[in-house]
Amino acid sequence: MGEIVLSDVRKSFGGVSIIQGIDLTIKDGEFVVFVGPSGCGKSTLLRLIAGLEDTTDGIIAIDGRDATRLPPARRGLAMVFQSYALYPHMSVRKNIAFPLRMAGMPAAEQDRKVEAAAKVLNLTPYLDRRPSQLSGGQRQRVAIGRAIVREPSAFLFDEPLSNLDAALRVSMRQEISELHQSLKTTMIYVTHDQVEAMTMADKIVVLNAGRIEQVGSPLELYKTPANLFVAGFIGSPKMNFIEGAEAAKHGAHTLGVRPEHIAIAADGPWKGVVGISEHLGSDTFLKVQVDGMGPLTVRAGGEVELHYGDAVSLAAQPGKLHRFDAAGHTLSA
Amino acid sequence: MARHVSNSRKAVVTALAWGIGLLIFFPILWTILTSFKTEGEAINSHPSFLFFDWTLENYHTVNERSDYLGHFWNSVVIAVGSTLVGLLIAIPAAWSMAFVPGKRTKDLLMWMLSTKMMPAVGVLVPIYLLARDTGLLDTKLGLVIVLTLVNLPIIVWMLYTYFKEIPGEILEAARMDGASLGSEILYVLTPMAVPGIASTLLLNVILAWNESFWTLNLTAANSAPLTAFIASYSSPEGLFYAKLSAASTMAIAPILILGWFSQKQLVRGLTFGAVK
Repeated sequence: MGEIVLSDVRKSFGGVSIIQGIDLTIKDGEFVVFVGPSGCGKSTLLRLIAGLEDTTDGIIAIDGRDATRLPPARRGLAMVFQSYALYPHMSVRKNIAFPLRMAGMPAAEQDRKVEAAAKVLNLTPYLDRRPSQLSGGQRQRVAIGRAIVREPSAFLFDEPLSNLDAALRVSMRQEISELHQSLKTTMIYVTHDQVEAMTMADKIVVLNAGRIEQVGSPLELYKTPANLFVAGFIGSPKMNFIEGAEAAKHGAHTLGVRPEHIAIAADGPWKGVVGISEHLGSDTFLKVQVDGMGPLTVRAGGEVELHYGDAVSLAAQPGKLHRFDAAGHTLSA
Repeated sequence: MARHVSNSRKAVVTALAWGIGLLIFFPILWTILTSFKTEGEAINSHPSFLFFDWTLENYHTVNERSDYLGHFWNSVVIAVGSTLVGLLIAIPAAWSMAFVPGKRTKDLLMWMLSTKMMPAVGVLVPIYLLARDTGLLDTKLGLVIVLTLVNLPIIVWMLYTYFKEIPGEILEAARMDGASLGSEILYVLTPMAVPGIASTLLLNVILAWNESFWTLNLTAANSAPLTAFIASYSSPEGLFYAKLSAASTMAIAPILILGWFSQKQLVRGLTFGAVK
C-alpha cells in the first residue's frame, strides 16, 4: 500500500509562500516525478510529504490516514537524499541495517534482510566497508539499500542522481526504474532534469513557483502541454516559440513547434540561414535564423550536410503546431 | 601549486617557532627546576640554571605536610565530574542550536558567552551564600555544580561549532529511518562528533583542573583540590619558593601528562572543520 493524497497543501517560510495550494493524488505503485526549475518548490513539497518540514496548511494523507502532523519516523516512508546522507561512522552493513535496528528487529533477521538487499544491489563485497571507501554510484546504492530494507509504503527520492557523472546517471536511472518494476512500490522522485522525468515517470507533475502547472503521463505532457511553461520545459531541445505575424496567421499570440517537428523542405514557407550546426551522429541540431521570425532550432537527420551560412527552407509538420494565447494558455485546436 | 619556500626561510621560521615555544614553556621549566633547589638557592639573586645541588627535600616536606593524594582525588572528581555533567547538558543544547536554530539562537549564544566576560568576583557573594545555605560549601558536589555552570558556555560554544559542520541531511536520514530524537543524538550525531566532543572534554578538564577562583573561595579542607594545595604554600610572610614550586609541579604534572598524550586529539579538535 502506498497511496498519497495531498489536499490544498501549503507551506510558507516566514511569510514567504513557497507551496501555494497543491492538490494531488498519487496512486499505489505509481512512479511520480516532480519536475520544475530550481526554486519551484519541488524539494520542499517532497520534504512536506516526508515530514521533514511542517505543513503550514492542508492535509497530507498516506494510505487514507491523515499524516499531516505525524513525525517522519511514523509515516512509513523511506527517503534517498541528494548527498546520499550515509552514516560515515558505520559500515555499509550497519548503514543498511540502521532502520531495522531502530525498529527493534532481532539481529538475525536484520542480517538476513541486509544480505538480501545487498544482493539485489550488488553490494555484497562492500558490506564491511565504510561509505568513504565507496564510489559515488556505490554510495547511492547503499542509500537505496537503506531505503528498501524497511519495506516502506513509498520511496521518496530527492534529486538522487545529480552528484553522479553523466554515464553513471544513465545506468542508475535504469536501475531505479528496474527496482520500481520489481518492487511495485510507490515512488516519488524529484528532479530538475526533464530527461529523467520523461524516461522514468508513470506520471509527471510539473511545478513552477509553488504551483502545479500540469499533471500527466510523459507523452501527454509532450503532446498536449497545458501552457507555455510546460511546453517549454518538457522536451529536449526546447520547443521553439514564435510570436508576431506568423503566430497571428494561426490565430494565436504565441506559436510553438518542437525542433523534431520541423522538416527541411525545398518549398517550405520559412526561409532562413543556418547558424550553428551540432552534429551528434544520430541527429543534427541546426540553429536557423528565419526571416521575420528569429532563430529556430531544427532537428535534422544525422547525416544532413548543412553548415554555417547555408540557406534552407523549413516547414512545420502538419498538425504539430501548438497555439497559445496571450496569457500563455494552450488554445484548443 | 605548492608554494616554494626556501630552506633559509624554513630555518628562520623553525627557529622562531622554537623561540616562542621555549618562551611560553620557560616559566613552567623554571618552576620545575626551582622545585629541586634548596630554599636558599631558590631566592639566590644570582640563580643558577642547571648547576645547583639537586635535592628532593622539598617534595619530601610537601608530602609530609599535606595530603597530596587527597587533593589530587578532589581535583579529578571536580574536573572530570563538572566536564561530564557539562557535556550531558551541552550536547542536547548544542544540537538544538545547530540544527533547529530559532530567530534568537545567535543572541542566546552571545549572551551565554557574555557571562564569561563578567569578573567572577562579581557573583562571589551570592554564590558563596547560596553554597553556604544549601550546605554545599566545601563539598565536591558544590564545586562540580559551580564549575559546570562556569564552563558550560564554553562547552556549548565548542560543541555548537562542531555540530554546525555535520550535514543536517544525515540527521534527517536518521529521522526518516525511524530514529527517535534520543537515538538520533546517541547513534548518529554523537559518534560523528567524537573528535569535537573529545577535544571539548579534554580542554574543559584542563580548564576545570586549573580553575582557582572558585576552588579557593568555596573550599576549606574537605574538598580542596590541587589549586588549594598550591595556594597553601604561598604565605604572605616569607615565601617558600622551592616548596611552592614543588607543590606546583606536583599539581600540574597530571594535566601536563594528559595534555601531552592527547595533544594530537586536542589540535585536531580545535581545528576541526577549519580545513576539510
